[in-house]
Amino acid sequence: MTTRPDLLVVTDLRTHFTTEVGVARAVDGVSFQVGMGETLGIVGESGCGKTVTALSILQLIPSPPGEILKGSSILFDGEELLKAAPARLREIRGNDISMIFQEPMTSLNPVLKVGHQIEEALRLHRGLSKSEARSAGVALLAEVGISDPEERYDCYPHHLSGGMLQRIMIAIALSCEPRVLIADEPTTALDVTVQAQILDLLAKLQDRHGMALLLITHDLGVIAEVCDRVVVMYGGQIVETGTTQDILTRPEHPYTQGLLASLPGSGDRDVRLNPIPGTVPSPVNWPAGCRFRDRCPVAEERCAESVPELLPLSEETTRLARCWRVGSIGGPVEGST
Amino acid sequence: MTFDAEVASDADGKSDVDAKSFAGVNGGSGADVLFDVQELRKYFPVPRGVFGRSVGQVRAVDGVSFRLHRGETLGLVGESGCGKSTTGRAILHLIEPTSGRLVYDRQDLAELDRAQIREFRRRAQIVFQDPFGSLNPRMTVGGMLSEVLKVHRIGETGADRSGRVQELLEMVGLHAEHAGRYPHEFSGGQRQRIGIARALAVEPEFIVCDEPVSALDVSVQAQVINLLRDLQKDLGLTYLFIAHDLAVVEYVSDRVAVMYLGKIVEMAEAEELYGNPLHPYTRALLSAAPDRDLKAGPRRERIRLSGDVPSPIRPPSGCPFFARCPHPGKDEECETASPLLEEKGPNHVAACCKDPLPRDGG
Amino acid sequence: MTDRRRVILSALLPGFPQLAAGRWGGGGLSLTVWLAFVGLLLTRWARFAAGWGGPLDHKIASLTVVAGLIGAWGWSLYDVSNPGGVKQSGVSQWSLAARAFRKNRIAVAGVLVVVWVYLIALVTPLIAPHDPAAQASLLTARMVGPGGEFVLGTDDLARDVLSRILYGARISLSIGFVAVGISVTIGTLVGAVSGYLGGWVDTVLMRFVDMVISFPRLVLLISLSALFDTNSILMITVVLGFTQWPGTARVVRGDVLSLREREFIEASRALGFSRRRIILRHVIPNVLSSVIVVATLAIGNVIVLEAGLSFLGLGLLPPTPSWGSMVAGGRDQLLGAWWMSTFPGLAIVLTVVAFNLAGEGLRDALDPRLRT
Repeated sequence: MTTRPDLLVVTDLRTHFTTEVGVARAVDGVSFQVGMGETLGIVGESGCGKTVTALSILQLIPSPPGEILKGSSILFDGEELLKAAPARLREIRGNDISMIFQEPMTSLNPVLKVGHQIEEALRLHRGLSKSEARSAGVALLAEVGISDPEERYDCYPHHLSGGMLQRIMIAIALSCEPRVLIADEPTTALDVTVQAQILDLLAKLQDRHGMALLLITHDLGVIAEVCDRVVVMYGGQIVETGTTQDILTRPEHPYTQGLLASLPGSGDRDVRLNPIPGTVPSPVNWPAGCRFRDRCPVAEERCAESVPELLPLSEETTRLARCWRVGSIGGPVEGST
Repeated sequence: MTFDAEVASDADGKSDVDAKSFAGVNGGSGADVLFDVQELRKYFPVPRGVFGRSVGQVRAVDGVSFRLHRGETLGLVGESGCGKSTTGRAILHLIEPTSGRLVYDRQDLAELDRAQIREFRRRAQIVFQDPFGSLNPRMTVGGMLSEVLKVHRIGETGADRSGRVQELLEMVGLHAEHAGRYPHEFSGGQRQRIGIARALAVEPEFIVCDEPVSALDVSVQAQVINLLRDLQKDLGLTYLFIAHDLAVVEYVSDRVAVMYLGKIVEMAEAEELYGNPLHPYTRALLSAAPDRDLKAGPRRERIRLSGDVPSPIRPPSGCPFFARCPHPGKDEECETASPLLEEKGPNHVAACCKDPLPRDGG
Repeated sequence: MTDRRRVILSALLPGFPQLAAGRWGGGGLSLTVWLAFVGLLLTRWARFAAGWGGPLDHKIASLTVVAGLIGAWGWSLYDVSNPGGVKQSGVSQWSLAARAFRKNRIAVAGVLVVVWVYLIALVTPLIAPHDPAAQASLLTARMVGPGGEFVLGTDDLARDVLSRILYGARISLSIGFVAVGISVTIGTLVGAVSGYLGGWVDTVLMRFVDMVISFPRLVLLISLSALFDTNSILMITVVLGFTQWPGTARVVRGDVLSLREREFIEASRALGFSRRRIILRHVIPNVLSSVIVVATLAIGNVIVLEAGLSFLGLGLLPPTPSWGSMVAGGRDQLLGAWWMSTFPGLAIVLTVVAFNLAGEGLRDALDPRLRT
């Protein structure tokens, strides 16, 4: 899987926000690559920096208060996005990298017909005429699995269900045939049967168009469903990466282990869940040393003293973890599934 | 008479459930039945036009019956709009039911006078989903809790009450000094604990948990689930646990009811329902849930539903699930006749005219 | 600065340490109050002392001076001796809003002006140079320009404009305050009840609101003044108060409608709280922030209304001084004696602008969207 050439390379991304109470280090030194046609999942709880990471790639961070620090690098197909001119950036946003969001209800303009909104994207990015755009738009709706596309084309957003709107968002994102699709919690607002439909659709479209998919979610189930590789984030940093199989079955970092142990799995009802104690610290003052140590069951003195590096596990270069004890702790903690 | 395995065997050694007794037509609550919900309906009018005339009705809950036994947890699952939250609120009379009989501890709720309703409110409580909206932002936590105690005349003096407030806070894993703080000073998980403490303040025996963990992060979710289970064990609480997360419901519930379009389509003990789902909708729902258990060998076969849930304003005349049903045997009967809950296995009822298909491969 | 020196300093010049620390809202207020009232005592000691035995407004004026001095002094000393405040309990939404408000300098300035206008109105009997109704010699002192014995000149009846503005402030401000007090109380109750109970109660109350809004106030005032033959302060206040509330009621109702869906209200019902308790303890505290904003803006509005009524001759009868009637009285002399209507006009503008600035600032600070 990692033999695929890298399409998107993020190196040492740092996005900080100035707030009333101090500087929030929302994303603090994140590096990862997405290969062509690959699906990379970024998973973490609220406040871990996963959404800010996604927005930073397209530079959709409002500034101020946000700022992508110098020294960060986002290479798309060899081109440095952080140094691109605004016009070039708009071109890339439209044509090469698209994004879909969590709330399909609020992502569409409520006073315009959905067809109009698809047309707009098609005419802007593909330079089609009005009638060409209409037929292309209807075809797109059919492709994302909307029945009666002709009819739906002239509907207003409030006439359609959440699942249908998310399909339309995907259609708009696909209108320019992007090479990377960033999906930020695309199914969180949807019901589970509809979520399954959307995930199937994303996988199918990815196959057909060969695009890379960067999927951001808090749901390990979604990750298991569609991702090739996973990045686990905590406290604005990556704490562990690896293949989906590895992360879900052999987590190395205590946070990943805790996350898995917190889930009520198909296991025994009589076994108590094993939650991570405490709550996520504030990005304005992450703990010194390892950011997870306050909640970590195996923290020791050195965890408070210095920040562990994100290091490859023995001989596995694609598998990284940020923990002093990596290597000395093996296998999932008790109670995980 | 009931769906509780234990009771059925205690009572007469065999289960005699049929659709009629299930619907509660012949009443007769067993000794340990705490709450008997019979044919509950809640229709909301759809107002339109200048004079707000009602042009139709949303059938949010359309004939739901179940019994809750003391000390058990009944899980209520379903997708958004299936009426599960409305059910939870209607049985507590937070919204007036359109019809149906609610018998709580052998008392018909419709017959209670004001004082008795107040008493009922002490016995049955609710915990909400939204940890941000469920606490009054202008009151301190201590203020909220002692107000409840004051209204229900629990504790003689102010000192009694503040002692009880401390006790409650500690019971849900917070500290006594949190009493002086305001809701916005807490994290989501802590607020949910405060909401639980408020419900516990009146020392209830029954709590409706309406999506109590779905707004929380995974790690915090587990903390709250553990807390709810510990409290159940310590205080002997009965829960109606409403959620859309199948795994959470399976973990906390003794029995599970699946709702679709205002109706219960299947109900059984948790293990039975998850292990041997009979209704096509339950099967689809279970197979749609993302499977994170990668160690468990090859994946199940997927059932993918097409389309969306029909509008509850004009529900289909026959089986509510007809349009989306993947059952190969579905026919005209399904389209026209609304199926009743029938016993299809031991303590296992489902509302489907057709015989369940054999389970696929694994 | 050591703590001890700060304490001594604040005993001598209350508010100065706070002002030096950049907290010019509280510091500025207490320092200016302190300096002005000490100055007042030094220059008008005789009037101050006589105040205790004088008429009611005179007594109130003397009392205000004493209270202002004690307040400024006490606040400053307390503040200095408790650095950072003794914080044990939580931070309420109100203190968060106060924190946000203090950052808005223009709004704080608005509040300072408002407080000062009220203070001046209260101590008017001590500081007014002349009796507002007393006429100086009509031969020598009629329409004298500003400066000299009459600081802001005299009017066509040889009365001191400054004194009349000062006394007029009392009328305008108390009408504003009381009328808005009435309207806010009615409006909040009607809005909260209507929004919370809904149904036919809501329909009836809201149609009543429509009726009150559509009823022309001028007609009401004209017919009432024809009926009672006098235009007392009380009548104007009551009429303004009882016609002003529908605006508040609508704002409150809108807030309550969204509040009613919030789960903490539902929780209160599940806990068996009475409707009365829910409305008074849970609904109204959560709409107070909008009410405060509406009220602040409404006071300015009512002051302008009263001025307008007086200008039209529907307000207070002479010789009672009010800003509106002063502007009206001077409009024929605008070329000959511009000061007659200009200065009361300025007083209206200053007060109303200050109220609006304060109101806008409060709206920003209390905006619930900024916090939960």
